[in-house]
Amino acid sequence: CLCCDTWSTVQCDFQSEDTQQQIIRETFHLVSKRDENVCNFLEGGLLIGGSDNKLIYRHYATLYFVFCVDSSESELGILDLIQVFVETLDKCFENVCELDLIFHVDKVHNILAEMVMGGMVLETNMNEIVTQIDAQNKLEKSEQIVYTGLFCISQDFSQAGLAGAPARAVSAVKNMNLPEIPRNINIGDISIKVPNLPSFK
Amino acid sequence: MPAPIRLRELIRTIRTARTQAEEREMIQKECAAIRSSFREEDNTYRCRNVAKLLYMHMLGYPAHFGQLECLKLIASQKFTDKRIGYLGAMLLLDERQDVHLLMTNCIKNDLNHSTQYVQGLALCTLGCMGSSEMCRDLAGEVEKLLKTSNSYLRKKAALCAVHVIRKVPELMEMFLPATKNLLNEKNHGVLHTSVVLLTEMCERSPDMLAHFRKNEKLVPQLVRILKNLIMSGYSPEHDVSGISDPFLQVRILRLLRILGRNDDDSSEAMNDILAQVATNTETSKNVGNAILYETVLTIMDIKSESGLRVLAINILGRFLLNNDKNIRYVALTSLLKTVQTDHNAVQRHRSTIVDCLKDLDVSIKRRAMELSFALVNGNNIRGMMKELLYFLDSCEPEFKADCASGIFLAAEKYAPSKRWHIDTIMRVLTTAGSYVRDDAVPNLIQLITNSVEMHAYTVQRLYKAILGDYSQQPLVQVAAWCIGEYGDLLVSGQCEEEEPIQVTEDEVLDILESVLISNMSTSVTRGYALTAIMKLSTRFTCTVNRIKKVVSIYGSSIDVELQQRAVEYNALFKKYDHMRSALLERMPVMEKVTTNGPTEIVQTNGETEPAPLETKPPPSGPQPTSQANDLLDLLGGNDITPVIPTAPTSKPASAGGELLDLLGDINLTGAPAAAPAPASVPQISQPPFLLDGLSSQPLFNDIATGIPSITAYSKNGLKIEFTFERSNTNPSVTVITIQASNSTELDMTDFVFQAAVPKTFQLQLLSPSSSIVPAFNTGTITQVIKVLNPQKQQLRMRIKLTYNHKGSAMQDLAEVNNFPPQSWQ
Repeated sequence: CLCCDTWSTVQCDFQSEDTQQQIIRETFHLVSKRDENVCNFLEGGLLIGGSDNKLIYRHYATLYFVFCVDSSESELGILDLIQVFVETLDKCFENVCELDLIFHVDKVHNILAEMVMGGMVLETNMNEIVTQIDAQNKLEKSEQIVYTGLFCISQDFSQAGLAGAPARAVSAVKNMNLPEIPRNINIGDISIKVPNLPSFK
Repeated sequence: MPAPIRLRELIRTIRTARTQAEEREMIQKECAAIRSSFREEDNTYRCRNVAKLLYMHMLGYPAHFGQLECLKLIASQKFTDKRIGYLGAMLLLDERQDVHLLMTNCIKNDLNHSTQYVQGLALCTLGCMGSSEMCRDLAGEVEKLLKTSNSYLRKKAALCAVHVIRKVPELMEMFLPATKNLLNEKNHGVLHTSVVLLTEMCERSPDMLAHFRKNEKLVPQLVRILKNLIMSGYSPEHDVSGISDPFLQVRILRLLRILGRNDDDSSEAMNDILAQVATNTETSKNVGNAILYETVLTIMDIKSESGLRVLAINILGRFLLNNDKNIRYVALTSLLKTVQTDHNAVQRHRSTIVDCLKDLDVSIKRRAMELSFALVNGNNIRGMMKELLYFLDSCEPEFKADCASGIFLAAEKYAPSKRWHIDTIMRVLTTAGSYVRDDAVPNLIQLITNSVEMHAYTVQRLYKAILGDYSQQPLVQVAAWCIGEYGDLLVSGQCEEEEPIQVTEDEVLDILESVLISNMSTSVTRGYALTAIMKLSTRFTCTVNRIKKVVSIYGSSIDVELQQRAVEYNALFKKYDHMRSALLERMPVMEKVTTNGPTEIVQTNGETEPAPLETKPPPSGPQPTSQANDLLDLLGGNDITPVIPTAPTSKPASAGGELLDLLGDINLTGAPAAAPAPASVPQISQPPFLLDGLSSQPLFNDIATGIPSITAYSKNGLKIEFTFERSNTNPSVTVITIQASNSTELDMTDFVFQAAVPKTFQLQLLSPSSSIVPAFNTGTITQVIKVLNPQKQQLRMRIKLTYNHKGSAMQDLAEVNNFPPQSWQ
């Protein structure tokens, strides 16, 4: 079983909001204090379900992508999976940046749902994921025009969409900065340019 | 009513909040609007409102009032609505919700929907949060979809089947026919999820495992797929950094591992392909290493050829030298797994492993430390320990406790000589004394006692070690014990192994006295020091008067423990001087594993002391339940958890009284023959506590002291004082020791103390030391209360006291509210 917390909820068991926030805070705390040149694995604490679980993360610009994984997954394989996820995001959003993730959490969640289901890897083929996501978005668009006929609403729907766990990661980052820093820092220009990163070591 | 604001606007507004309070206010306002919109059964904006609710939920605000709305969205005809509805269901519903029943129907309909994406949503939701009832009801639909030709649905159905099997294992058989053709599929997504499904079935049921091995010939099928992947050359669809679908390869290797485990035929069938993967995989990138790593794990787990195993370990050895920390980490992890079976092969990489101890990365360091301990044996103990002691010296505090106990274990098992053993432990105590487990001190003392020829050497080393440095308490305790025991050897300067030091009796006493007054010394350490001084009264010749003086000074110490000890030693000087030398004789050599009486007592005493108190079963007498209920009634509200006290046991818990009796007996009957043996028992195990045992031990060895005590009750001559201790490791536990004293001229008998706390606390009342509070303040009853206060709320407690005094039964209730903040904050 594999959970990618900060993105989807910890999928194994249902947690209260408080516990979820605590997990995010602690994870952020653990991950953010690590140097660049150390390994990307963190032994599990009690909060994420004991020593069988590990935090596996990758750091891109201002964002951390953290997956919480138990022993049924390969550690090194998950690192590649995170890379596939980020590259897929990049394809879907065309040069994805932090603000995309905050305002389009629905899309992010849909993308993740095509990759990971019930804590298990579903699909790793990037093109396949992008094709299916596009098809579903088209389906949404078409029915909004047919059913409501109001374009302004329909556009909003496509953006309102599913507010999913993804922004939780973002919210975690945001909460960390409270209250010392004004919260509306402009982070729009820090984009994750995946192609420029040394992908796949 | 105006249209509710859009999600995008809400996000923007919330992001302008400058403080948490401001954010909360905005959310509350929006929640109120959403609620009223829900009440009006507004269909147009339900989707938008739920989306906003999910965003708030994600920020950590409660959103469970939207559960039913999610259901309505799922039942809608629109895909957009369904998408949000299902996501809401995954995020907001938990397994206990009754809405599950309603959902089952919706999901059932959608699983048979004409649009594959609606079917996909239903499968995804079921596979994520389906309860066991849901799984039972819908397993048939899932099985049907598992046989469809649509690969988009087939892969989701496979993972959904895994979830169903996890929830309801007996449904496994149902999916068996559908697995037949799964591996003939061309689509990699379906192949991947099918392997996951097969893995789950094989892991769960030995019958399935046997079936897939024998009847389905699963191994050759998997080998074929793996071979195709390696040989196929470049395929843009599945290529990741030049390797064809590494994810699928990893999955297959994992399934092969399960199939080959403990099975010669299956292992034989996969030897070749494993060798091929191990030698042909390109390892300049992480993907290649991921495959190689899984291959190694599979080789080590199945019954593979010995040549292949050597190859595997060598690959791990190469991993250890890799610059990528992740690779090094997994190498250490897997070497740790194989060290038991292939000890010698792992041993060859010892120096590389030891080098990893110096890594900057804590994850790698921890693995390297564990592996280093696993590699220690009789041949390399000296070298390995040198490295590990160096590591102990320089490592982060979080490692010290584990490292210290690892060194103790290894030293005990493989010590080349006693002297080396003693030196090693002393080294650990000097460098990481405050991190060692509390049984380290008695263990070392026992070791020293048994190494008769080392006594002079040891006491000299210890004396030098604590000169001017009392910071490492366990070291000081051992040193004090040894100086007390072998002080004569110290001053006589007979030491062959090292240059003897010249010390006088007065200098030795100076050291012990400064331990007594040092503010770094804990109460226990002071106890050791005082007992040591006392013992020296029979080993030193010209300083007995000085010793008498010190002992009598501490007869009025504010530390009750120390005071009692000193008073008893004083009595030994004054009343029983003729027995003093016999009582303070040197400890006999004790064997660790023997079955005769005294040693056993030594061992149990030496381990953990509060255990006997806690494990006492509650008395079967009539009083507990009824009294507790009375108490509950009296306290009124139902927010109170009653605690049934463990009534005083017939035998007092503290051994002190008994030992005093024992001494008294000796005096009366004049049978000194019995004296040395029993008196020496507690001396061995708990050196400083000659005359009292259990009650004096602290409950935690890491207590936070300095919490002022309070008087909880004082009425009719009965006074109850609370003293507090808190554990550093578990700060939500407060340990309260109550002391009841009686200033009247008559004893109070049948004394029972009961306590109750509000529901947010938990309370455990241990047995009291006795049921009689003696008159004229001549003694106290002590009883320990443990309060678990996870929310760190202000402590409040109601107490009920019953006792007999001057022939009449007394009963009183009181509320204690004046707990010092340090005891609960």
